[in-house]
Amino acid sequence: MSMFSIFNVSGSAISAQSQRLNVVASNLANADAVAGPDGQGYKSRQVVFETVPMGSDASSGVKVNGVRESNEPMRRVHNPSHPSADADGYVTQSNVNPVEEMVNMISASRSYQNNVEVMNTAKTLLLKTLQMGQ
Amino acid sequence: MFANLTSSLDFQAKALVLRAERQRVIASNIANADTPGYTGRDISFKDAMTEATAEGARTVTPSGPSDGTSDSRHIPLHASTTSFGTRALRYTTQTQPAMDGNSVDMDRERANFVDNSVRYEATLRFINGQAKTILSAIQGQ
Repeated sequence: MSMFSIFNVSGSAISAQSQRLNVVASNLANADAVAGPDGQGYKSRQVVFETVPMGSDASSGVKVNGVRESNEPMRRVHNPSHPSADADGYVTQSNVNPVEEMVNMISASRSYQNNVEVMNTAKTLLLKTLQMGQ
Repeated sequence: MFANLTSSLDFQAKALVLRAERQRVIASNIANADTPGYTGRDISFKDAMTEATAEGARTVTPSGPSDGTSDSRHIPLHASTTSFGTRALRYTTQTQPAMDGNSVDMDRERANFVDNSVRYEATLRFINGQAKTILSAIQGQ
């Protein structure tokens, strides 16, 4: 029954999107984190999706290929009274762009919802197929 | 006689298998909506159905060694559960070209998905109706 593989395909997409949401949550939580004693602040992270063939060539799922760190320059804020300020009075913060992350979050949650709906529809159709001839 | 009774049912069964296959292909597109470089797929239902019915006609032809039979009295194997040929499976084009090379248009895929599930249910109802017709013809009441 070929429609059963829809659950695998959509399931892999749901898992990948939830991992993306996790990364977004991590980025947003660390948006205002300042650099530690080593001078290295939190770097924004992004997931990279990759297509995975599932069964035949027509059905393909998704997996997270890896989590990459952003190479954007760190944000430097002039705040001489801050305990982590350097000799010039600057504090190094993370390079997270909160607006970008919010957009990323909405996109991930919409994709998640779409895949849940696909699974529900496939389930309804399969249940109706089970009742064939009754 | 019995073959005549169920031949139209066979046609609907092929259509149902193809609808299920298309549902799977569209589900893959929706799953890969955010994957960079992914090219969407879709099935030309007309071509797939033409292929499937031609395939059925081929298996009806007199049996030979290629059908998996070694005796003239063997019943040839039907390939009715195989998926569509590669000719019917095509790539979708970008409606709004994106930087990441992904050709999935979510609006189009959602519409296709709903359209395909309605047609799947329609085929299912055809099969149920024909099964009921055949049953009432057998019972003669």
